[in-house]
Amino acid sequence: MARKRPKTTAVEKKLVSVADLVITAAQRSKDPTLAIPVRSLANVTFNPRNGLIELGKRKQARSFFNVGMAKKFMQTVLVADALCELQRANLTTSLREIYYRTKHTIKNSHENTLDTQDESDPLIEDLEVTLAALREELHVRAENAGSIVGPLVLADDGDRVDCSRLGKGGYSVPSIVEPEYLDIKKCTADFVLLVEKGTQWNRLSEDKFWRRYNCILLTGNGQPPRGVRRLARRLHEERKLPVYVLVDNDPWGYYIYSVIKQGSINLAFESQRMAIPKAKFIGLSSADPEAYGLPRNVGIKLNDKDVSRARELLGYSWFQKKDWQEEIKRMLSSGLKFELDALANKDFQYLTKKYLPRKLKEEDWLD
Amino acid sequence: MASKTASIAPPSAVEMGARQREISVSEFFTKNRHLLGFDNPRKALLTCVKEAVDNALDACEEAGILPDVIVKVEAVGNGDPPPPASQATRFRITITDNGPGIVRGQIPRIFAKLLYGSKFHRLRMSRGQQGIGISAAGMYGQLTTGKPVQIISRTSPRAPAHFFEVQIDTKKNEPHILEKKQVDNWEYPRGTQVTLEVEGRYQKGRASIDEYLEQTIIANPHVRLTYAAPDGETREHPRTYAELPPTPREIKPHPNGIELGMLLKMLQDTTSHSLAGFLAADFSRVSPRLADDICKAAGLSPRARPRDVHGQAAEKLYQTIQATRIMAPPTNCLSPIGERAILSGLYQQIKGDFYTAVTRPPSVYRGNPFVIEAGLAYGRGPEQTPAAPEKAALPLAEGEAPTSEHELARVIRYANRVPLLYQQSACASYKAVVDTSWRNYGVPQSRGAVPAGPMVIFVHMASVWVPFTSESKEAIADYDEIRKEITLALRECGRRLGAFLRRRERAHSEHRRRNIFELYIEEVVASCNRLKGGTLPIARLKEQLQRMALKRTGGEKTDELVGRNGHGPEGLPHSIIVTAEGVEGDVPLAVSPNGAAAVESPVPMTEATPPSAPRAGTRRSKAASSSRATSAAKRRTPPRAKPRTRAKRRKG
Repeated sequence: MARKRPKTTAVEKKLVSVADLVITAAQRSKDPTLAIPVRSLANVTFNPRNGLIELGKRKQARSFFNVGMAKKFMQTVLVADALCELQRANLTTSLREIYYRTKHTIKNSHENTLDTQDESDPLIEDLEVTLAALREELHVRAENAGSIVGPLVLADDGDRVDCSRLGKGGYSVPSIVEPEYLDIKKCTADFVLLVEKGTQWNRLSEDKFWRRYNCILLTGNGQPPRGVRRLARRLHEERKLPVYVLVDNDPWGYYIYSVIKQGSINLAFESQRMAIPKAKFIGLSSADPEAYGLPRNVGIKLNDKDVSRARELLGYSWFQKKDWQEEIKRMLSSGLKFELDALANKDFQYLTKKYLPRKLKEEDWLD
Repeated sequence: MASKTASIAPPSAVEMGARQREISVSEFFTKNRHLLGFDNPRKALLTCVKEAVDNALDACEEAGILPDVIVKVEAVGNGDPPPPASQATRFRITITDNGPGIVRGQIPRIFAKLLYGSKFHRLRMSRGQQGIGISAAGMYGQLTTGKPVQIISRTSPRAPAHFFEVQIDTKKNEPHILEKKQVDNWEYPRGTQVTLEVEGRYQKGRASIDEYLEQTIIANPHVRLTYAAPDGETREHPRTYAELPPTPREIKPHPNGIELGMLLKMLQDTTSHSLAGFLAADFSRVSPRLADDICKAAGLSPRARPRDVHGQAAEKLYQTIQATRIMAPPTNCLSPIGERAILSGLYQQIKGDFYTAVTRPPSVYRGNPFVIEAGLAYGRGPEQTPAAPEKAALPLAEGEAPTSEHELARVIRYANRVPLLYQQSACASYKAVVDTSWRNYGVPQSRGAVPAGPMVIFVHMASVWVPFTSESKEAIADYDEIRKEITLALRECGRRLGAFLRRRERAHSEHRRRNIFELYIEEVVASCNRLKGGTLPIARLKEQLQRMALKRTGGEKTDELVGRNGHGPEGLPHSIIVTAEGVEGDVPLAVSPNGAAAVESPVPMTEATPPSAPRAGTRRSKAASSSRATSAAKRRTPPRAKPRTRAKRRKG
């Protein structure tokens, strides 16, 4: 067992501490209890000084001898056990595999330890926060759900990846992009353009926009996964590249931008490593339809969900800047949202040839 | 020619007058047989059985005899060998009882004249009301098969039995005797046997003869019933309650319940010489003093001759009577089934975990006294409950959920002990069940529906005059007073059910609490051991945790809560709880087979019977002690069976 890998990692030690907690509590006839930081809006604060969303001090107790929590406590210990197994075998896996690994029928009963993946996913996040270990450190990876292309050379598992010679498709961003796994060998770009949707990224890639404007094109296909966010952050931090974010003009686009910039509420504890406080919102702004002459009929009416989400955004402390309040209120008063795809109404290449050049020239972005 | 003249000149009044003539009731009902419940062959067959059984039970009870009824339904071929029951279209129905028998002279008219009987003119609780039922069944048979009704009746072992074959002359509504003879060796010492041959269809299931008889047994546990079904099966339902319901007494009409026309007729028919005397003698709850007061208030002389009071004066009198507050009618004309008997009926016929029954104090609508009774059987019975987890032996995959049945409660409705099988949703009792919020008692219920769950809800209305919505007696009319009483009775049942469910749930959750910890300790210890690299003293950790679990779930206190120390259903009067461990509560005692002794010694319930007359007696004195029975009812908690039964035991 331990003889094979004499060096136990720090993360492994953290995971074993869960077992220690149970053992010591049992010895003292105390209820084994985990103190898990609360991951909700009520327990996050926006720190205007560093521009990050930070986790507060509030914790919730998860104890074993409580009918409501007993099962969750048991599941948490089970997941910790599975994560520790990964550490010892030095493997990475997905959330879903963790779920399958920990699922079995409890002895002498017809009850399953877990019934759906929805039960195990939050437990992994719980352990991340409680043990202050990142998901990557816990060897849990997400899908490769991002692409990158541009004047950039990476080293992945010893393979040299030149992102300027990967055709239209680019390089698929892995979910773990820590320096030990992915090394940035060379980067000559001037800025990073993070695009919400694959369609626009493909358009820009096909039109070789990155060559013309010497930039890195990055997409996360919707809400960018951790790998994409972390890579953008590294490029920003290590290569001092400004990051511009291009999203749809709707509340969800705004939130994607804010997650890239300040971090998310749910994973506020990771803001430190993920967020890019200096990221800029390049579009689509609610002022653009007028400025770029987009006809009203390519807009989509805001539905009730959109409106209530927009109102929520107005209340977040990191959206309190005057420009942002105006931006969101403008959208609400127009009652319309616009997709990036709507730019094709003018011309298929309008995005590459007119929209972005003009935006970059006019430095028309929000902070 | 005639038609031509008719089309040219409209008929004169004289010509029209020539065509106008009397319509006999029998002719009317021949054309409108659906009004009496003969609309389709299936229902008609049931109606015939029902009318005959109702008559048999009424006769037995009135004579103070514990009823023994034999119902035989057989398929008849039209000259050929009889087809199987499910395909047959003709049936012979034979109903035999051990009742008092019918005197020879009355047999033809009782069975072959519509609106002839003993029950219509009396204000007394009985199953039949109008004297239509059995003659109508005979008429239906005559209409569909051409066969007459056959009757054998014997009034005592010493008397001979008489056989009659009668038909109804629909034009005159008079019996037509085809054959009559004396039968010397009839097998029964006393009783009546009716044989009808009718067109019909036999089908099991909802609203079938089988269901009707099953429900009859529930509400009449004092009946012994033998049922020979058309499919050749014979089912015996033994007597489970060896006490006849107390005989209801006849009462005079209550002044609040009559209409003006009725009052006029009574004024003409009375034998009293003075108005005050008439009021006091012909109505219930009118004392001579009150009669004087009414007369004075109406501006009439108490000594006026009743026959002289008409027109304006009579109307004034009527209005005065309606405006006067008069004590509620006496309730000894009612014979509720009683909580113990309902419990007994439900317990014997329906498998369940929990039974309860409520008899409301009497109340009044339109001057007619009535009593509402409700009962409840909940659950599937302990034999079936443990079988369910066995099916779930396979661990569930993602997305699979334990199968939950969406079963709705069954409402069984009765009026004067007769099951009502049709027009459920038009019935006041069904509406009351739907309107009761069962969720308050822990039973799921969708909007505008009966509650869900394995449950049978029993509602009975006993009254001297049950207000049906139609002649075929299928649904109780929705009077506010009736609806209110039903709702109150159902709520009481619901509260008891709620108490039972909560108690069971608490025991369950305590059980589960302990199980949860016991189950999860295994998992937690195994995980910890793996985390520690398999070096953990497993047994010690497990023991430490288990000790804590026991302490946290209350140790022996939990055992007490879970109910292992066998305490009765506290706070749940007139209820039975059935668990895998046994039965607790008002469990009916098994009836000894020689309970037949009671048949020979009927208990006539006369006015002279001192307060020992158990049920009716206590009710009467209570009602008399307060000015209005209804207001007394509000104050009184539902009557308990315990003191009553104790009194009975002392007597017997």
